[in-house]
Amino acid sequence: MKLLEFLKRERKKSASVAKERLQIIVAHQRGERDQPDYMPMLENELLEVIRRYVQVDQDAINISLDRDNDCSVLELNVTLPRDE
Amino acid sequence: MAKIIVVTSGKGGVGKTTSAAAIATGLALRGNKTVVIDFDVGLRNLDLVMGCERRVVYDLINVIQGEAGLNQALIRDKRTENLHILPASQTRDKAALTPEGVEKALETLSQEYDFIVCDSPAGIEHGAQLAMYFADEAIVVTNPEVSSVRDSDRILGLLASKTRRAERSEPPVQEHLLITRYDPNRVTSGDMLTLEDVREILAINLVGLIPESEAVLRASNQGVPVVHDMDSDAGKAYADTVSRLLGEEVPLRFYGYQKKGLLSRMFGGGRR
Ligand SMILES: Nc1ncnc2c1ncn2[C@@H]1O[C@H](COP(=O)(O)OP(=O)(O)O)[C@@H](O)[C@H]1O
Ligand SMILES: [Mg+2]
Repeated sequence: MKLLEFLKRERKKSASVAKERLQIIVAHQRGERDQPDYMPMLENELLEVIRRYVQVDQDAINISLDRDNDCSVLELNVTLPRDE
Repeated sequence: MAKIIVVTSGKGGVGKTTSAAAIATGLALRGNKTVVIDFDVGLRNLDLVMGCERRVVYDLINVIQGEAGLNQALIRDKRTENLHILPASQTRDKAALTPEGVEKALETLSQEYDFIVCDSPAGIEHGAQLAMYFADEAIVVTNPEVSSVRDSDRILGLLASKTRRAERSEPPVQEHLLITRYDPNRVTSGDMLTLEDVREILAINLVGLIPESEAVLRASNQGVPVVHDMDSDAGKAYADTVSRLLGEEVPLRFYGYQKKGLLSRMFGGGRR
């Protein structure tokens, strides 16, 4: 099983790796497109505050802004380490 | 009223100037009054690709600063009727390129021409944003390669937000994908993104596919836009692109695997 997986990985062509990476990058860039300019700063400062209490990584925090017609919802997801 | 088309990409060296020169020439050859403007202040190249570098007297900045009239700065193409070139300044600071000045120049040209083709500098700063600001359509030049595709997506973001059409909530800038330097053999071997991959990732309409071609270097060596070389694959591919810009439906070519003949393998000759 392991060997088969290894062989499969070996055969994966560089162009398909490029495509997968680009799909992730572009999805991320497009998510950022419609955000207000202050979002990256807000994200960093929130992360800083959380880190005063819990040690989390940069990618443990996920923040997004959903805009509806009459209001916006700021959604903050933080994955905390398991053994608190 | 002219249609303003910006040729842009974010990344440098992907083929913007080559494409702007070929497409402007192609539009003129089809009978459209066309002017192609170099926005790459400080790094002008379009004059070389168009073969008019020795006839540059005034440039875009001189016009904007009121030091020369448009008619003094415009260079008439020697080979192609209906075609003029407005060169960039080689020496002046980019800041001399003001939105008001560009707007005024474009407005005047709009009265005279059918198409205004703007050759954008690389990057996403002042010069690139100004080149796209007044555009009706955008040709996003992309190589099948990760950094070029990512930069193209950034440019699409700017086209959707930082253009006059976006700011005035007018119908958006029409976006066209132009894939250049495509090497079908490397695509077949799995080491180059396919044209479907690039189109799927960027999700915009494909207007042309230009293969990697020796004819492009030959053309720029001679200062004759490659679309004049209708025996070459790149020349034909640019002519097809122009037809599609004009609304015609033309099938894609030059995306298939090229089998090298024995002679060309022996003597290392490439594709014409
Ligand atoms: N289809 C192509 N095949 C081979 N070489 C190309 C092709 N398109 C562009 N080039 C070469 O790539 C280089 C950069 O092209 P250029 O048009 O100046 O790019 P940009 O304006 O985006 O910086 C030039 O040397 C040009 O001759
Ligand atoms: Mg250029």
